[in-house]
Amino acid sequence: MDKKLEPIVKSLQDKFSATFEEFRDEVHLFVKPEQIVDALTLLRDEYNFELLSALTAVDYYPQETPRFHVVYQLTSIAKNLSVQIRVPVNGSSPKVPTATHVYDVANWRERELLDMFGIEFDGHPDPRRILSPEDMEGHPLRKDFPLGYEEPQFTFNFDEIDLRKPYAKE
Amino acid sequence: MGVEQKLGNMGVVTTTLEGVVNWSRTNAMWPMLFGLACCAIEMMSAQSSSYDMSRFGMELMRASPRQSDLMIVAGRVSKKMGPVLRRLYDQMPEPKWVIAMGDCASCGGVFNNYAIFQGVDEVVPVDVFVAGCPPRPEALIHGVMTIHEKVKGESFKQYAEKYKQTT
Amino acid sequence: MSQIEEVGLDKFKHLVSERALTGETMLLNMGPQHPSTHGVLRLLLELDGEIIVNCIPDIGYLHTGIEKNMEAKTYQKAEVMTDRLDYMNPIGNNLAYVMAVEKLVDLDVPARAQGLRVILTELQRISSHLVWLGTSGLDLAAMSMFLYCFREREQILDIFELVSGQRMMTTYFRPGGVWRDVPVEFEKAVRDFIKIFPKRVDQYETLLTKNPFLLDRTLGIGKLDVATALSFGVTGPPLRASGIDWDLRKARPYCGYEQYDFNVPTRTEGDTYARYLVRVQEMRESLKIVEQALNKLPLGPVRSGNRKFVTPPRSEIGVSMESLIHHFKLWTEGFSAPKASIYSAVESPRGELGLLLEGDGGPKPYRVHLRTPSFDNLAVLSQIVKGHLVADLVAILSSIDIVLGDIDR
Repeated sequence: MDKKLEPIVKSLQDKFSATFEEFRDEVHLFVKPEQIVDALTLLRDEYNFELLSALTAVDYYPQETPRFHVVYQLTSIAKNLSVQIRVPVNGSSPKVPTATHVYDVANWRERELLDMFGIEFDGHPDPRRILSPEDMEGHPLRKDFPLGYEEPQFTFNFDEIDLRKPYAKE
Repeated sequence: MGVEQKLGNMGVVTTTLEGVVNWSRTNAMWPMLFGLACCAIEMMSAQSSSYDMSRFGMELMRASPRQSDLMIVAGRVSKKMGPVLRRLYDQMPEPKWVIAMGDCASCGGVFNNYAIFQGVDEVVPVDVFVAGCPPRPEALIHGVMTIHEKVKGESFKQYAEKYKQTT
Repeated sequence: MSQIEEVGLDKFKHLVSERALTGETMLLNMGPQHPSTHGVLRLLLELDGEIIVNCIPDIGYLHTGIEKNMEAKTYQKAEVMTDRLDYMNPIGNNLAYVMAVEKLVDLDVPARAQGLRVILTELQRISSHLVWLGTSGLDLAAMSMFLYCFREREQILDIFELVSGQRMMTTYFRPGGVWRDVPVEFEKAVRDFIKIFPKRVDQYETLLTKNPFLLDRTLGIGKLDVATALSFGVTGPPLRASGIDWDLRKARPYCGYEQYDFNVPTRTEGDTYARYLVRVQEMRESLKIVEQALNKLPLGPVRSGNRKFVTPPRSEIGVSMESLIHHFKLWTEGFSAPKASIYSAVESPRGELGLLLEGDGGPKPYRVHLRTPSFDNLAVLSQIVKGHLVADLVAILSSIDIVLGDIDR
């Protein structure tokens, strides 16, 4: 771990009883959903983490019990540091408080998570799907959502697949 | 002026009406300025000085579908874009042609998944498919030449039948 | 019935001002098919006369499912997906991906491969900026810029074709090195480009930098202040044009960028003109890096000798049984990565391109998240266009330099 990062990790451990993991010099801190806004505010105001570089999630269905990890990747330009905060949440429609009033970038990123994972953000100003069509069902990046596959059209099955393409013969 | 200066005095030229109509259609085909993804960059290259599509009367890209005869679907078509694409096609006046440029528009390419149409022929009828990911500008120009050949072979009977089907 | 209900825009009701509901301001739809949205972006504009009151971007018309599709492929095969992500910068995306994989499995890369990576990535940065300059020229009615810029871009694409056989989607970088060594003509081709390009940039600047038409349309337009930029996660040239000296090539050097002497151009004005100046200056700096990297390019192997992750060269397969086994195993099953998660970022022409890569012990990535710079850079658009004319929107949008493939993934 970077020396400059140690006091930051220590203070988060004290304040939020956060646990941490380390892999290839990257620090992952785990905090509870209700603490995330306070943790982000502390990191932004006290420790100069100005940029929320990435906000995403990982789905561990069905192997692990806290099904989702919401991942906040923070960057400090002034100190040239990075830290990752993870928020484990469970259930098929989990709720996390929104971070839009801490970082404006969270607005679109949280909409993306709502669209792709079905994670709801309490107090989000504009909860709509962002990438998928409005009428789509399901959340594509969940592990129980199939990738989707259509059979390619070759010479041997040309006619069979052509039946599915009513517009091709106009 | 013009033709006479270049070709000399030709006097009277006889040809069929179909021939004249098809000739004029091929040499002033206005494509729609409609780029979707990576292939759109190669389409721009085909327009640029090194390849220069205007040699074939194709340089006038129209931003409005109502002014164009040719739709070059340059890139992957997502499920959200499909209805928009169909609407643009419906807004184009007859006669109209479609080139599916690149693998994604032709058959889905490397993306066989939930988000992408496996070939734009699920949405609009396609006349020419151009292979490549993305196709080189020469390949696109070859596709355009192929569509010229197709247009030159059309007859009034075919126009009438097509018109009957659509109305 | 109000104007909003008439056109079926009920879902945007909470985003527009009160005046739109009474019909005092006009709602205008720009895109998804529009010549100056650089792809399939849809902007819903609320206009008071010709002044923009609100701008609501609607994205997703190019959503390709790249993140999901990469989870279904092995680490080697998933790389082709990254090419098609930000299609102005395929080589830079490859670099971000292979660096993430190398970090995850702890793989070393030979010095010659690092040098080649730097040369090609910087050439790609120049070519990306050339497309930006050409298309923003078109947007601002400088038609000739498009023709000049694409002339030089063809020269760069010829170099890519020389080394990889493809003009755009090269997939030339592989985990552990590059695909193969460059041909002998490579050095001359790059030297020719280095010789010719500074004069060409001078030409562009003669045409544009002090052109009163360009100044009128860009000076003081679309000001982005530092606090807004940081809060919206803006990176790359727009952030540097606002006065923050943040370039991952300098701040966290990778691929041996610390050996090269180059500057990070910054401005403080934060307007459209500053973003233009920063990008043009970046092209010159990139060329400096290319020249130094070419001069320093060492001889030696171009891919790592670690046979657990890197396939042996073709020549070995015929003579060594072990090589044949490695080749077969790596291309059918692939290599496995530890059950861990890493975040690795590089500086793309548009900003910080980051990858969150998570392995599960098997040969396929468990989760790939692509932190794409255009996504966040576009989000700030609605803030900086307020109060400007519709015609200025085109200038601002092109100065942010978005790529829709990068946004929608």
